[in-house]
Amino acid sequence: MSYIVKVQTTASRMAVIGAAILIPVAFVLPLFASRSLLQDLFFIFTMLTLAQWWNLLAGYGGLVSVGQQAFIGMGAYAMFGTVILLGWDPVPSILAGGIAALFLALPTAFFAFRLQGAYFAIGTWVIAEITRLTIAQWKQLGGGTGTSLPRSATRDMMFVDGIKVLFDTKTSVARDILAYWLALILVVLTIAAIYWLLRTRRGLALAAVRDNLQAARSVGVNPNKIKWLTFLSAAFGTGLAGALIYMQKARISPDAAFSVVDWTAYVIFIVVIGGIGTIEGPILGVLVFLLLQSILASYGTWYLITLGLIGIFVMLFAPRGLWGLLTENTGIQLFPVQRRLFMNKKLSKEK
Amino acid sequence: MALLKTQDLTAFYGNFQALFGINITLNQDETLAIIGANGAGKSSLLRSISGVLKSPSESILLDDKPIGHLDADEITSLGIAMIPEGRRLFPSLNVEENLMIGAHGKKQTGYWNLNNVYDLFPALKEKHNQPGTSLSGGEQQMVAMGRALMSNPRLLLCDEISLGLAPVVIKNLYEAFPKIKKCGASLIIVEQDIVQAMKVSDRVCCMMEGKITLSGRPDDLSMGMIHAAYFGEEES
Amino acid sequence: MIFLDSLIQGILLGGLYALFAAGLSLVFGIMRLVNLAHGDLIVFGAYLILLLVSLLNLNVFVATLVAAPFMFVLGWILQKFILNRVLGDDILPPLLVTFGLSIVMQNVLLETWSADSKRLSAGALETASLTIGPINVGIMPLLIFISAIVVILVLNLIIYHTSLGRAFRATSDDPVTASLMGIKPKNIFSVATGLAMIVAIIAALYLGVRSNFDPSIGPARLIYAFEAVIIGGLGSLWGTLLGGIIIGVAQTVGATINPEWQILSGHIAFLLVLMVRPRGLLPRAFD
Ligand SMILES: Nc1ncnc2c1ncn2[C@@H]1O[C@H](COP(=O)(O)OP(=O)(O)OP(=O)(O)O)[C@@H](O)[C@H]1O
Ligand SMILES: [Mg+2]
Repeated sequence: MSYIVKVQTTASRMAVIGAAILIPVAFVLPLFASRSLLQDLFFIFTMLTLAQWWNLLAGYGGLVSVGQQAFIGMGAYAMFGTVILLGWDPVPSILAGGIAALFLALPTAFFAFRLQGAYFAIGTWVIAEITRLTIAQWKQLGGGTGTSLPRSATRDMMFVDGIKVLFDTKTSVARDILAYWLALILVVLTIAAIYWLLRTRRGLALAAVRDNLQAARSVGVNPNKIKWLTFLSAAFGTGLAGALIYMQKARISPDAAFSVVDWTAYVIFIVVIGGIGTIEGPILGVLVFLLLQSILASYGTWYLITLGLIGIFVMLFAPRGLWGLLTENTGIQLFPVQRRLFMNKKLSKEK
Repeated sequence: MALLKTQDLTAFYGNFQALFGINITLNQDETLAIIGANGAGKSSLLRSISGVLKSPSESILLDDKPIGHLDADEITSLGIAMIPEGRRLFPSLNVEENLMIGAHGKKQTGYWNLNNVYDLFPALKEKHNQPGTSLSGGEQQMVAMGRALMSNPRLLLCDEISLGLAPVVIKNLYEAFPKIKKCGASLIIVEQDIVQAMKVSDRVCCMMEGKITLSGRPDDLSMGMIHAAYFGEEES
Repeated sequence: MIFLDSLIQGILLGGLYALFAAGLSLVFGIMRLVNLAHGDLIVFGAYLILLLVSLLNLNVFVATLVAAPFMFVLGWILQKFILNRVLGDDILPPLLVTFGLSIVMQNVLLETWSADSKRLSAGALETASLTIGPINVGIMPLLIFISAIVVILVLNLIIYHTSLGRAFRATSDDPVTASLMGIKPKNIFSVATGLAMIVAIIAALYLGVRSNFDPSIGPARLIYAFEAVIIGGLGSLWGTLLGGIIIGVAQTVGATINPEWQILSGHIAFLLVLMVRPRGLLPRAFD
């Protein structure tokens, strides 16, 4: 008997077509969209980026980190540092943010990987705290109270002049458009990279590591290498997002940039509510998140209480999240990563 | 009235079916031996009776009352004790604590208590302070047996007591059975060692691939019949 | 002299951290559950004591006694109706549920008590001190340290010398076989969490007497507690005390060098111990 391995589904083919239309539309959107829509979308894209990386760690890799704010803060501060201390342009500084986060991830992984299971989460949290406390000592970057990007740097930012001419608009709007485009590029690359990673042999190995360490070892997967690779790429992506978010905010403080609520709690709720362990889940989750925010944001604490309760409720009664509920009933998969076996009837008859 | 009865008992591990409609009956004071090759489903049968594996309510009857739906701890309190495969002593408990936990939450009514278990297995008495898992295999099996007896069961389920032990140790352990029976326990014994099983039992059931393929009194069964039931028809 | 003084202050502070951690250590030892809401439950306990003090005009110690059974029931309910449902081989659900619980509790406290910081008053005891030779030791820190030792002694007594403790250990080893002994593992877990909450209310009392508290401080205390548990060695309560002392000493010594380094030095001590002894200082023999 022979089998054919397929990962494509009809829905996934439609998703490819959909993406091929949606992405170009998103790129030209600033021509029509209002400034506040662009700002909302910037928020969606950056949160989605964070959610995708955390999902890769926790949902696929079983590495439940509650210290991702370390990489947000590190990325953001490295961006501010290169701009303020080295006089770089903010746009290339974003890359420096990603690289700084990557470097922070090395000692973080070294320590946190020594801790088993759930204690890994605590380890990442401790490192995030250490990074926050250390950076709060850095007086040139404002110490505990924080600092702003110099006016000259934000005014003369790369591409801003071009956008001003192209769209015939003010500097502040042009900066929003630039940030929007960068966020769009970041989220598309993030999803593409994670999708690609999960479909390579490494991605399969990742799932094997999560499901059964012993079995993974016995079939020749090196769980350590996979864990490192995942953790470092997530740190890099998270650092880039952190730098971009704070380029847009143009003002930073250690408490905000290393906030466990803003950068880890929200992200976890997005992933859990949307559906952990799928690429589609966080996309759905971020939309629900935005919806809840627009209804409840003015109530501050109630917003967080509601999010927390929904998160708990989902873990208890629908652990695969909204997307899980959807696929259970319809079988739709936009980003299929499981390989599905089809018996090849013709071949098996010949045999 | 039968002490224990199973009716079309089935058992599953996820989607995998381990038992296919098992019907056995055990009368008071009787000893039933279950034999069969590796993977035949013997342990699964004991696990179903003891409540570790869930079963439909009516498929297991104790004194004609359905108990299939009960949890393991509830079934234990009805007087069914199990000596699990591989002994499964608690590593953080010493010998005495391992024995005492067998009587957890039960009012002592019956012959078996710490002293009488030590009388039955004197070797344990001097090691009562050692971690259960530091004992030899035979001694560990004694602890496992003693632990089950501590609950003064009406029905004792024994899963491969002889596993991995030397013949003289096995003989030693089996010498405890007459005493155990005298104190009011009926027995279901799962055993790979067919000769041993035939010797102590009143009836024998042979299992293969989750079904009972043969049952009868030891004297009525020929080696050929057992062989056929054990390995399937073709090989006999 | 200053160093000797801060060393002693640090050791005594370690007692407080051990109290924060003892409940976590117990729960982890029995059911391998890492409860991220533990710090917030302690803060909740402090508010509960405050409420009893102001409502019934009780002394803080009496209020703690009154709150203890309530906390036990709270822990029992939390375990029975929420945590037992998510315990299993997968570590993700319990972590995420307790994380969600932590966020919910912080914000409920914020909504009911506002962000203003509060304090529990133990009267004259707070300022009383004891002079031993050249050293001056506050009665309160000393009392906290002694309470930590008593709590650990009592917990060990329960774990190693009662039938409940036997059931704890058996369930921790092997829940399926424990159920064959007539133990209901889920009930055992609920009782254990209830017990952990009694320890938490004692920790809450001293948290509130020793310093100000507000709804947001739970997670920071939780981190110290986890550090103490991890470097002490999982499953050992004396190890947890030792871990707490190390964190406490590192913090006070760090603070004498530079007040801004207090918290940081504690975390760095944690990493250093972790580097040298990945399994903690007093790890259990098996596991
Ligand atoms: N925990 C489990 N999960 C999945 N399948 C199981 C599990 N335990 C047993 N099985 C399967 O159920 C079938 C019956 O197993 P069981 O342990 O009952 O056999 P047995 O007769 O006791 O064998 P042995 O003599 O080797 O102890 C086997 O095919 C086995 O692979
Ligand atoms: Mg078996």
